[in-house]
Amino acid sequence: MHLIKLSATAALATTLALSTAMSMVVPGEAHAQAAAGPVKVGFMLPYTGTYASLGNMIEAGFKLYVQEQGGKLGGREIQYFKVDDESEPSKATDNVNKLIKRDQVDVLVGTVHSGVALGMAKAAKESNTLLIVPNAGADAITGPLCSPNIVRSSFSNWQPGYSTGVVVAQKGHKRAMTITWNYAAGSETVKGFTEAFEKAGGKVVKDLNLPFPNVEFQALLTEIAAQKPDAVFAFFAGGGAVKFVKDYAAAGLDKTIPLYGSGFLTDGTLEAQGAAAQGLQTTLHYADNLDTPRNNAFRKSFALAYKANADVYAVQGYDAAQILAAGLAAVKGDLSKREALTTAMRKTTVDSPRGRFTLSAAGNPVQDMYLREAKGTNNEFKAVAVKALADPARGCKL
Amino acid sequence: MDATTFLVQCLNAVQYGLLLFLVASGLTLIFGIMGVINLAHGSFYMIGAYLAFALAPYFVGQFLPMLLAGTLLAALFGFVLEWVFFSFLYRREHLQQVLMTYALILVFEESRSLLLGNDVHGVQPPAWLAGSIALGELMSYPVYRLFASAACLVVAALLYLVVHRTRLGMMVRAGASNREMVRGLGIDVRLLYRGVFAAGVALAALAGMIAAPMSSVYPGMGGSVLIVSFVIVVIGGIGSITGALIASLLVGVVDTFGKVFFPALSGIGIYLLMAVVLVWRPEGLMRRGH
Repeated sequence: MHLIKLSATAALATTLALSTAMSMVVPGEAHAQAAAGPVKVGFMLPYTGTYASLGNMIEAGFKLYVQEQGGKLGGREIQYFKVDDESEPSKATDNVNKLIKRDQVDVLVGTVHSGVALGMAKAAKESNTLLIVPNAGADAITGPLCSPNIVRSSFSNWQPGYSTGVVVAQKGHKRAMTITWNYAAGSETVKGFTEAFEKAGGKVVKDLNLPFPNVEFQALLTEIAAQKPDAVFAFFAGGGAVKFVKDYAAAGLDKTIPLYGSGFLTDGTLEAQGAAAQGLQTTLHYADNLDTPRNNAFRKSFALAYKANADVYAVQGYDAAQILAAGLAAVKGDLSKREALTTAMRKTTVDSPRGRFTLSAAGNPVQDMYLREAKGTNNEFKAVAVKALADPARGCKL
Repeated sequence: MDATTFLVQCLNAVQYGLLLFLVASGLTLIFGIMGVINLAHGSFYMIGAYLAFALAPYFVGQFLPMLLAGTLLAALFGFVLEWVFFSFLYRREHLQQVLMTYALILVFEESRSLLLGNDVHGVQPPAWLAGSIALGELMSYPVYRLFASAACLVVAALLYLVVHRTRLGMMVRAGASNREMVRGLGIDVRLLYRGVFAAGVALAALAGMIAAPMSSVYPGMGGSVLIVSFVIVVIGGIGSITGALIASLLVGVVDTFGKVFFPALSGIGIYLLMAVVLVWRPEGLMRRGH
């Protein structure tokens, strides 16, 4: 029930914000002086399906920042366009072209699903449209596909994997096993973990995987019990994460072999995981109760605007708007100064609720990764796992 | 792999297979006897799991009554559904059946989203089944999983008795082999079908309710179960309960040991099994109605 209320509120806020933005555009005037008209921002996000709540949070975060600036960035109004990407990679090109060709947006913001985001990145690269990725972690977006007009406000899959690897090695574990779904986000995260863990002298004895979105874990849990590693690293999200954490505890493994994961193992799932997840340690670039003035102010502002609690996705949407704001401010809203705009976007230091971060040459956040512990329904901050972690951006020539 | 691990893996395989049987038996009844390709069968599994989640607050400490109530509700739902939708499908082509049952999946998913949202939920097993039994030095086996297997076995035995030892079962089997003849003998086939369909829905929902405390309750959970169920129905022979049981156990074994021994190929193991069985016996393992 909580989610219905939340998404209804977000939808209402969205509609209101959209109609306000629309009403500010006087058609004749916009035509006469195109340069002074609104900046067109195109959201391509999941508004239906499993990831719908993530899409709504990202949009809510983005709009919150714009509202805080009085509805203007770089002196210009913002006009929003929306396309539901349905988290469907096969429709990515068609959907992104609706925004690029039909609506002729100046900036694309999207999306959650990595497969869809890869399609968007290709289209953005070809049409030279600005793209800010507010979630999808596919390494390639700021790797082989990197481009001056593409930046990311979230993370690369490699990052939370790597920082967990550092933590697990620091705890003195020597032999680890990994388990994930056999798809891009899973294997990229596991690669990051293995890289850090083995660099610190550990050894990954076996990688377990199962096809996405299979959730029959019992056979693999038995395999873990048979191999007796010192620690297990898992990447799962959503329903799979809930089932895995519960199965792991039900098999009694939580008492003998510590489980670690990238933050998505416990993000937005703690209520359903219940007691099984308590005390679970994960790393991510955000923690719910990060006690900094910046984060507290952000969470208060978000709660006031939407009557709901902010989460990591809202932060990523908020920061996407901050990156755009930095670019527009540098050129005083003049989009024709393209190079100055993209340079300013990439050189900015983002004063994010997660803590300050900069962007790497490839356009990915260079950010602190936090070790969190699940307590109640919060992922509580414990320590900084790795300071200013930069993705290696393999395959990027920028 | 030592002997203990091997035995535990066998237990995993049987337990997974039995749960699959509960879903697939309903599908094979509906498919084999009524000739309807029911893509919405996975949704009934999902509805069952959500029923367990929704009914739990009203049946605190009464797990078995909850299962019973949920199964009856699902049967009633199936009865109405057959009346309103499926009874119009028997004389139609398979393509039209696929279109309508696919549309039902969308309707069920969307209603679920409106009523209960898109969050993932957990369901607590009843207190008397919450413990676990130590197996080997590290691993323990949740009592609830053993209970689930036992429950599936009981249902399988009941199904076998009803289908093979009662007059009703005889009509059902006869309907599977030759429905015109059954009608000719003066049996009300319409009512028979409605009952079979309701039973099929109830079986899938019961499987969902039993699975809910072991896994979790989440959007789209019916999809993967549906595909595996169709594989089982095809391997076992369309319309055969015994075939479905054997096929479920085979799929459980192949899936479990495939994951352990050939992790990279684990996704295709059961489809390979299906291909091999179909080359050997194109009609599936058992004949219709057996």
